[in-house]
Parts: sequence; C-alpha cells; structure tokens
Amino acid sequence: MNQVVTTSLSLDWSQHLIMAPILLPLLVGAILAPLTQGWHRLKFWLSYASVLGMLATALALIQMTDGGHWQDGMGVYLAANWSAPFGIALLADRLSSIMLLLCAVLALAALHFTRLRWGRIGVHFHTLFQFLLMGINGAFLTHDLFNLFVFFEVMLAASYGLVLHGYNAERIRASMQYIAINLAAALLFLIGTALIYATTGTLNMADLSARVAVLSGEELALFKVGAAVLALAFLTKGAMWPLGFWLPTTYAAASPPVAVMLVLMTKVGAYIVLRLWLLMFSDGSGAAAGFGQDALLYGGMLTIVFGAAGMLSTDTAGRMAGYAAIVSSGTLLAVIGYGQPSLVTAGLYYLIGSTVAVAAFLLLIELIDRIRTPRSAMLALTMEAYAVEDTPDEPSGRGVPATMAFLSLAFAACALMIAGLPPLSGFVAKFGMFHALLNPADGGAIPTAGWSLMVLIVLSGLIAVISMMRFGVRTFWANAGAEPPKLHRSEVAPVLFLLGLSVLMTVQANSLFGYLARASDDIHRPATYVQRVLGTPTVPGPVSTPEAP
Amino acid sequence: MELIISLAIGIVFGSGIWLVLRPRSFQVLSGLMLMSYAVNLFIFVMGRLWVDAAPLTPPGTTPDPAQLADPLPQALVLTAIVIGFATTALYLVVMIGSRGLTGTDHVDGKEPEV
Repeated sequence: MNQVVTTSLSLDWSQHLIMAPILLPLLVGAILAPLTQGWHRLKFWLSYASVLGMLATALALIQMTDGGHWQDGMGVYLAANWSAPFGIALLADRLSSIMLLLCAVLALAALHFTRLRWGRIGVHFHTLFQFLLMGINGAFLTHDLFNLFVFFEVMLAASYGLVLHGYNAERIRASMQYIAINLAAALLFLIGTALIYATTGTLNMADLSARVAVLSGEELALFKVGAAVLALAFLTKGAMWPLGFWLPTTYAAASPPVAVMLVLMTKVGAYIVLRLWLLMFSDGSGAAAGFGQDALLYGGMLTIVFGAAGMLSTDTAGRMAGYAAIVSSGTLLAVIGYGQPSLVTAGLYYLIGSTVAVAAFLLLIELIDRIRTPRSAMLALTMEAYAVEDTPDEPSGRGVPATMAFLSLAFAACALMIAGLPPLSGFVAKFGMFHALLNPADGGAIPTAGWSLMVLIVLSGLIAVISMMRFGVRTFWANAGAEPPKLHRSEVAPVLFLLGLSVLMTVQANSLFGYLARASDDIHRPATYVQRVLGTPTVPGPVSTPEAP
Repeated sequence: MELIISLAIGIVFGSGIWLVLRPRSFQVLSGLMLMSYAVNLFIFVMGRLWVDAAPLTPPGTTPDPAQLADPLPQALVLTAIVIGFATTALYLVVMIGSRGLTGTDHVDGKEPEV
C-alpha cells in the first residue's frame, strides 16, 4: 500500500522535461541580469550553454513524442498539479517539439553571431535574449489562453528591448511604431480572451475545444466575435495584410541577430492561428465549424501579393528580407485557411524552410553591407555611446579567406531558398504544397482557390528571383570599387550553419515530411487531444488518503 | 447598471482610439493607457456584474456558486494591469529617448513638412 503511494508520487522525469524550455532561459536570464559587462565572456558562454540545453531538450522531446514514449505522442504537464480545466496545462506534441527545435537552432545561430560585437554593446543583451526565448518557448508549449497572453507579453517585452539594441535614431523610430502596434494588439488579445471566457466559461484550450460544439444562438455569435478579435491580435503578430505594415521597418532597423529572432516571432503568430483554429472551428465543432476560413485563405493570398509587391519596390536588403517574411507568412495563412491536412504538412515544411532561409539572409546582410560601408562605422559609434571599454578584437588575424566568393555564393543560396528554386529546401516545400493542392483529399476537382493559390506562389517566387537578382548584380558585379570586407569566423559560421541545415532538410526531406505528416495528423484530431489533456490525472499528494485497496 | 458600465467603457475606449491616432507620442501613450483601462474594466465585466458577492469562500462553509462572484476575471485583470503598467512604462522610456535623440515628440521622429 505504502509502496503504491510512493511510486505514484513521483512524476516520470520525462514529464518535467516539458517545463525545461521555459525554466532554463528564465533561470539563466535571471542569473545574467546582475552580472556587469566586465564579465561579458562568462555571460556569453552561460547564454550559449542555455541555448545548447534547449536544443538538447527539443531533440529529446521530439524523440519522446515521435518514439511512442507518450500515449498518442502527447506529453501533458499539469502546472502545480492542478487538474486540467482549472490549472494551466502545458503540452508537448510533435508540432510544438519541432517548433522548439526551430527556435533553439535559430537562437544558436543568432547568439553565435553576437559573439564578436553585438553581444558586447548594451549591458542586458543576453538577459533579454534569454527572456525572449522563454516567451517563445512558452507560447509553443502552453495550452491555456491567458497563460498564452502572459508568454506573448514576456516575448514582446523582451523584443522591445532587443529591437532598441544598438540604440540609434532609426531603431528608436522603428521601436516607437513597433511598441505602439503591439500594445494595441495586446489589448485586442485581452478583449478576445475575455469574450471567449464570458461565453464558454473556460480558458483551457482543450476544454474550450470540447465546449464550442454545444454553443448556439447569442452565445455562439459573441464567441465568434471574441475569436475574431483574438485572431486580429495573432494576425498582427503574423503580419497579415493589412496588419503587417510595421514589419519591414522594424526588421530593417533591428540588429541582425535580433531580426533573426523577430522572423521566428511572426511564425509564432501563424503557429497559434493554426493550432487554435483547428481546435475551435474544425469539422467537429458543430455550428461554429469553418468560421473565418475564407478570411484566412483570402487574407493570406492578399498578404502574398502585398509582400511580393514590396519586394519589387525596395532596394534595401533589410526591407527585402522583411517583405520575404511577409510573403512566407501569407503563404502559411492561406495554407491554414485552405483546410486540407496534407497541405498543412507541406506548409509546416515551408514554415521551417523559409524561416531558416530568411534568418540566414538577415545575418548575411550585415556582412554584405560591409562591402559598401567598410568597418561598420555605425557600430563604432554606438560602442562609443555606450563607452564599452575594451574594443572588440579586430577581425584581421583570424579572418576567412575568399570573402567575396563566400558572400556571393551564400547570397545565391539564400536567394534560391527564398525564391523556391531547386535544389534547396524552398523548392521541396513548394513542390510539396503543389502536390497537395493538385491532389485534393476527397479526390474531386481542384477549386478555383487552389489554382489561384498556386499561381500566387509561383508569381511570388518569380518576383523574389527578380528582386534578389537585382540586388545581387548591383552588389557583387556592378560594384567595381568593392573591396573584400573582413569577416570573422564567428560571423561566417552561423550563416554556414543555417545554409547547411537547409541542405540537410533537402536531403532528409522524406523523413522530415513523414514526421510533419504525423504532426499534422495530431492537430487534426482534436478529440484525442481533448481526451488526453482533460484525462491526465494529478499526482496524489502525500497527505491525500489513498484509495482503499 | 449594465448600461452605465457599458457606456463608460465605450467612452473611455473611444477617447483612447482618438488619442492613439494623434501625431504626438505623449498623446499616443495617453490613448494606450485609456484603452487599457477600458479593457481592464471590460474583462472585469465579462465575469458578470455582481452586487454584494465576494469572490472568496469563507472557511468552514460549503461554497454556493450562486452567492459568489466569479474570481477568475478578477485574477486576470490583476495580471493584465501589471503587464500593461510595465509595457506602458517601457513605452514612456522609449518616448523620452526618441525626444532626446530626434529633438521632436512627433511619432515619426520628424516634424511634418508644412
């Protein structure tokens, strides 16, 4: 009898692992906060260790969700041991695990890039970076609407600080708009959450999914209003037209490692829309089914058009990357709105591929800019403003050879990925999406929306080729006086790492598609999910009376 | 009571929207603050309006849901107030920084050309 109680008292260690991606950056961020800038090496390595820890955790979670360690591939963690609809439930499934992995990989690249310069200006860069990671990871894991709001705010508050990193007039101007937009979006988030609570009486996503089906009449109408207002908040984050005007300015102004994380933040918006929409409005949700589907589909298409037009109209690389991110957001939203599980699989592959591509491009931009303005004069200014005592090592000693060749080849690879040309991952993603669009689930005719989406995807790829080529020709060929800039290994390595990942994604496309198909299958079966979350028992406390044998 | 509360929220939120659309950053900030007050009230009301009902159960009694106010929106409002306060303070700092660096309090960081 006693023995039964003791064994059930201890939770399986693997379930605690679900909390690790949130707790690890929180702890490390808190430890880093009081350390002064004199310890910048220690700060960097602590931050690095935390990101490596996150990477290992994400890999372990993928292994456990996909390897049959947990029932239905979902691990549930009940925070503070409150049973599901009352407390906050965290859940790791295949989709959230792969998103955690993507976050850790991008963070690793961004952090490595900061080693030489960016991490040393501004005292709290690493602290804010860790809190940003905590917010992003939390948003991927939590399954409670209000807790999601909290993690969103953690993520945003850290990003406000990070966008300002390397304080200059341009960044301040971009931040003013970025912060104002996001504060307004946070208010919409609260209004939506409150309306949903008022109509369904719950904030737990699983419970919500179960209760939507029985809503009717006024309650249902009010619930739809709440869901639409809530969606506005996420779509602002995910930069759907006409809510995405803030994005290119902010991306172009932010320092490159920060911009890399911002790219991931737009994808957080798309991720939440995908998950919540399938939980609230999929086929099993009675009268509410299919609400807003067309808005997502056509809104996504308009976003593609807006992003493509923006790419054509700009000739600064930073803004071009911003518009590329908008195109990829638009494609994702249209894919979600199209409502076909096999298309979602390809869309997820596209999400990962395009995020990696735009991130690599953003890091590359700073290096390419040095061809035009040698010795990044602007950075020296900010260093002075912050009175950083030891100037960073001059990159001369351990520079990399053949810089021009490296820069132009890396640029070409980024262009291939963003435009979706063979042989890199962008092409595989587009091929997958076309395959899904040409083979509807019910075997019937392909709707007009499917054809128009395909046309838009092809056209946006063509426009990406044109604008990237224009930029490449001007920078590498038509720039006669260009001197090869000095690059440091720690700046080249992250770009190579991200490009290598893209090659790996292409080579391993089959197994990755298999995994994502299982992930897509999981989120398309809300009933199993609801049963898993609400059915998870709490751990009996030491004082509770054990049941009679 | 319902009418008064909803009118109040509407007026405060509407004033907030008007201020947010103004060109000076302090007006934008005041607008955001007014809007967040309105939203806090709104969340509170979403737990229904109660008179003379505590959100707590007295010890040693069996709780009767009909006699108690919904405690959850009150907890949510508390969190929303704290987060809103912090982010607004942060916006204020950026605003002062912008004023110092650009020499104007226009939201675009430069005076419009007349």
